[in-house]
Amino acid sequence: MSDVVEKTLTALPSLLSLDSQPGSAKLSSTSKLGNLIRGITELTSKHEEEKLIQCELSSIKEQVSSPNTTMMKELMVRTIYCEMLGYEASFSYIHAIKLAQQGSVLEKRVGYLAVSLFLNESHELLLLLVNTVLKDLQSTNLIEVCMALTVVSQMFPKDMIPAILPLVEEKLNHPKEIIRRKAVLALYKFYLIAPNQVQHIHNKFRKALCDKDPGVMTASLHIYLQMIQENPEGYKDLTASFVTILKQVVGGKLPMDFNYHSVPAPWLQIQLLRILSLLGKNDQSTSEIMHEVLDESLRRAEMNHNITYAILYECVKCVYTIHPKSELLEKAAKCIGNFVLSPKINLKYLGLKALTYVVQQDPKLALQHQMTIIECLDHPDLIIKRETLELLFRITNAQNVTVIVEKMLEFLRISKDDHTTIDLVGKVAELAEKYPSNHYTYAPDNEWFIETMNTVFSVGGDMMQPDIPNSFLKLLSEGFDSVEEDRKLRLFAVNSYISLLRGEPGKLPQRFLQVISWVLGEYSHLRADLEPALVLRLLAKLLDMKNCSSETKSWVLTAMTKLCEGGSGVSVAQQVSETYGSSLDTVLRQRAQELQHLSQDSELRARVLPRGAGLDRSLTYCHNLVQVDSSLSFLDGFVSEALAAGAAPYKPPHQRQEELAGTKALSLEPYGLSLPISMSSCITDRQSPTLLSMSSGLSATLKLDGVKRVWGREGYLSQKEPVEEPAQVEVPSPLRSPSQQGEADSFHSQTPSLTPTPESDQEKQQLASSLFVGLGSQSSVCLMGKSEPTTQRFRRKAKGHSTASSTSEQVSNSVISPPSTVDNLLCNNLLDSNITSELAVSSPQLTSRLSQGLAATNGTCDTDTELPESDRKESKPAVIRDSYVVAADPAPHEDPDRPKDLALSSHLPAELSELSHSEITHLCTNQNLELSVCHVQKEDSLLLIVFISNSSDSAVQQILVCLFSGVLFGEEAFTCWCDVVGIVSLLISRVCCRPLTVSTEEYGTMWLAFSHDTKQNLTLISDGQEPLTATLNVLKRRLQLHVVEIIGMEGIVACRLLQDQPCLMHCRVHAGTLAVWLRSPIPDLPDCLIYHCQRALQGH
Amino acid sequence: MQFMLLFSRQGKLRLQKWYVPLSDKERKKISRDLVQTILARKPKMCSFLEWRDLKIVYKRYASLYFCCAVEDQDNELITLEIIHRYVELLDKYFGSVCELDIIFNFEKAYFILDEFLLGGEAQETSKKNVLKAIEQADLLQEVSSFAVDRFSAH
Repeated sequence: MSDVVEKTLTALPSLLSLDSQPGSAKLSSTSKLGNLIRGITELTSKHEEEKLIQCELSSIKEQVSSPNTTMMKELMVRTIYCEMLGYEASFSYIHAIKLAQQGSVLEKRVGYLAVSLFLNESHELLLLLVNTVLKDLQSTNLIEVCMALTVVSQMFPKDMIPAILPLVEEKLNHPKEIIRRKAVLALYKFYLIAPNQVQHIHNKFRKALCDKDPGVMTASLHIYLQMIQENPEGYKDLTASFVTILKQVVGGKLPMDFNYHSVPAPWLQIQLLRILSLLGKNDQSTSEIMHEVLDESLRRAEMNHNITYAILYECVKCVYTIHPKSELLEKAAKCIGNFVLSPKINLKYLGLKALTYVVQQDPKLALQHQMTIIECLDHPDLIIKRETLELLFRITNAQNVTVIVEKMLEFLRISKDDHTTIDLVGKVAELAEKYPSNHYTYAPDNEWFIETMNTVFSVGGDMMQPDIPNSFLKLLSEGFDSVEEDRKLRLFAVNSYISLLRGEPGKLPQRFLQVISWVLGEYSHLRADLEPALVLRLLAKLLDMKNCSSETKSWVLTAMTKLCEGGSGVSVAQQVSETYGSSLDTVLRQRAQELQHLSQDSELRARVLPRGAGLDRSLTYCHNLVQVDSSLSFLDGFVSEALAAGAAPYKPPHQRQEELAGTKALSLEPYGLSLPISMSSCITDRQSPTLLSMSSGLSATLKLDGVKRVWGREGYLSQKEPVEEPAQVEVPSPLRSPSQQGEADSFHSQTPSLTPTPESDQEKQQLASSLFVGLGSQSSVCLMGKSEPTTQRFRRKAKGHSTASSTSEQVSNSVISPPSTVDNLLCNNLLDSNITSELAVSSPQLTSRLSQGLAATNGTCDTDTELPESDRKESKPAVIRDSYVVAADPAPHEDPDRPKDLALSSHLPAELSELSHSEITHLCTNQNLELSVCHVQKEDSLLLIVFISNSSDSAVQQILVCLFSGVLFGEEAFTCWCDVVGIVSLLISRVCCRPLTVSTEEYGTMWLAFSHDTKQNLTLISDGQEPLTATLNVLKRRLQLHVVEIIGMEGIVACRLLQDQPCLMHCRVHAGTLAVWLRSPIPDLPDCLIYHCQRALQGH
Repeated sequence: MQFMLLFSRQGKLRLQKWYVPLSDKERKKISRDLVQTILARKPKMCSFLEWRDLKIVYKRYASLYFCCAVEDQDNELITLEIIHRYVELLDKYFGSVCELDIIFNFEKAYFILDEFLLGGEAQETSKKNVLKAIEQADLLQEVSSFAVDRFSAH
């Protein structure tokens, strides 16, 4: 058939030249459209064409507007033609709608067609079509109904769906199958654009699925595929039905009409296979239902025709997606083999695609076809090459990474497509970061890493994802395990960049220049023989380049500020700062000013930028000394003075934008009249302008500052060792032993060669062995792409885990494993260390001693003590001052109905029983002991009460309780508070906070007095009420915060830990979230509180 | 399917059908880009293309290129067969179709396409049924009032 078509089409050029040829074209060549088309073909220039069409359009415009034109259909066709040529004819849109509305049946058809071609879903004129569609859906003429349904299935305004939905639904019962089919497809369209509108008619979809006409059933599968994609769990019950349908189709039970080149209903088969693979994914029992029919499909599809390959391909994908069955996998693998080895290029491509899809499950398959893969790597068609690289990307491991990255870079250099470049550059960067060096062969190393990244930066240019340079700099600055390695890597980077700058820096992309200047600023001092002045001159040269963006310039200036020091460097710096000191760009001017001042004042510079502080690990202790005052509270006085003198209060950028947009009225008087202006400004602007300008150079483009703080009150901060490093899991990459290697090699050489020439063959063999090294062995599965465990040397270090979150981990641990909980609870700093009490070491011992004790006596003898109030440090306001351990003795034969809580609470010490205590929380149990805890809030302290109760039948004579505490409670150890919170408060989350009742004025004074502050965005809760109030109410209820006042979109909230440990919160609704600023005299309290707020809101 | 384009070897657009809402400007840019890319490819090359985040499936029949854009997870081979079936339909309808038929009767080509693909999905794959539906509608065009009665009674 296709041959016939191609033959007739080949005869076409001759037809084009001879108009007098017989044929259907001749008929229409006399029409006006014919004239127009012929007129256009005769023209020689684009300009002439334009003139002709414009002329044509204006004549059409004239005619359509005349009241009684009989030519409307013809005119509309001509307009469509002009639009297709790329000339706008928007004047005709309204006439198209009119034609669909008013014309005769045949005019309607053209009208609808024109509408569907001219307008898209969001076009406002489409609303005018709704009435027409409504009318036609109710028509008794089938053709009209068909036309209406056709246009509805292509485009319909979302909001108007309810208007026609009942009519479309009705059509599902229409006697004609063509109407039912179109109605189903219209519903499919509705489902795609507004799923909730058709929620209520899901049972009708089922009815369509069971329709007696296979065409209608096929149409309903589109809806099912979509729905199953979104929620496979909801449709598992249909699996058997789908399997039955597929069985019937494969078995040839459908009418001949549905055959396509003697293959039964291929579209239907493929649709069903896609549905089945979604249903069977990760579900063994469902997968088992479909194994048989899949086997049948694989077997039946034997004919050598594209359509059978299409089915096979879908089948293979399905087999590899569902729960595996080895027999089927084997057959599917064979199929993939046929695809890959096929001489037809389309099939080869799909074979590669299938391989890419399955290689993670079955790396051996890639090994089998390695020679073909190698050939595809050199294929002249880029699309094949690209797909091969994709495949290689998935099989990359520490041993073949160099070769694969080399191949990818090779491709990058010839690729002209931006989309491909961005994608590949990202992949190369990912691989380079993942395997920066190989611990075993030492082949790829720092040099390789830096050079690869250099290529990435120069090829990727300014198109690449911004996170690539970000993470590169982060890796470089955080370093890895060994100080010496870090130094070498940085040194190499410096050397490499210096030589790049000596070459032709003008050709480098801006992003790369930014990276270079940052690295040189930070690390060029590592090279002892490098004069800072030289680096300065190289950097200064960048500033003079024409194409250097102002963003890059500010990076360069920042780098120069770090480097300018003594000697000739100063003069370079001075010169540069003079040039840019008067720049119109404020950021540049700021940088230039900094440069000027710091280069002159060496003492100040040494303080602001301590030498080597960014690097030297031994200086970490500096961190404890350097405190970052991120709120810049030292400027408060200055700000108040300025405000008192009449200056306008500072507004953060987002607020300014709001004001400009005028979308939301800004509350100009934040907290009532009583609040001093200076205060209100301080509340709203956590980020003072100075801070902004200080950090903008780095953070505006590369989000480095989110990772670590570079500047502090004391100047440049040395690099901080993360408080907590994730446990390093060293999974050795499965290096082959030499013998294995030998095996692999011999395997390679056994592979039948597909190319005749021995030299190239040898080359390919070599390439193969370097590409496929590390595959095929048992352990290699773990090497495959995504599932790879951490062999990364450049592990991302955990982002400065807040203490609170680490605590939560700890707690979750303890909750999971009861035996260790006892240890944790007792050993962690639950109680003051200077409680001198009895001791036991850990729970096993405790238990054993207990049992000894139990063995010894057998009477009811409740013991041990209520511990005396321990000697405590009176001077310190401790969060937890008193510790009680109450040994309770639930009677051995206790009434089971009696609530435990009651039993335990009766054992509370008398002086506490009047105070309200929290719910008693059960912590852990072993066979003999139960541990419970509750807390009591006293005015000046929080009491933790630990209940140890005997849960065995026998009596306990003696309990040895040991309390460990590494840290003293008190003002200095917030962590301690946090740990307590970890154990207790996370279980009873509101334990430690109490409302702090203050007036707005008092709040204002306190706000100014505190410095540490934190900013965070919280999610807003909206359950009917005004979101801000709703959210604050939840916090109030869950965390016992005091809501001081809510004004418009802002609210202030206060709480405290103890008497003099308050925390203030200032909330503001902005862009759908709740921006929160917190201040407290206790450094870590805001972080911790914010964590609890998040949890409280999540739990809501 | 996201859209379908028909264009000649000279790069002239003959038919365009968009199943996703796009602005006029985007449509023009996309078709210009694609026509250029596809015309630059050699005859023996793969019929599939990755383009932005879409998969382009194209095939040349004599002087006409048929080109469809599908999503990445869609089956490329079946898309190729959709193109082929459409060509078969045109061929049967016009009787040995040629480019001129499509140029001069492009609205007919659109009607056939709408009967075959609806909203980007294959609606009716039977050649007979598609053509029956088209012929019934065409009949109206010849002797409209009579046909309406006859067809409704049918």
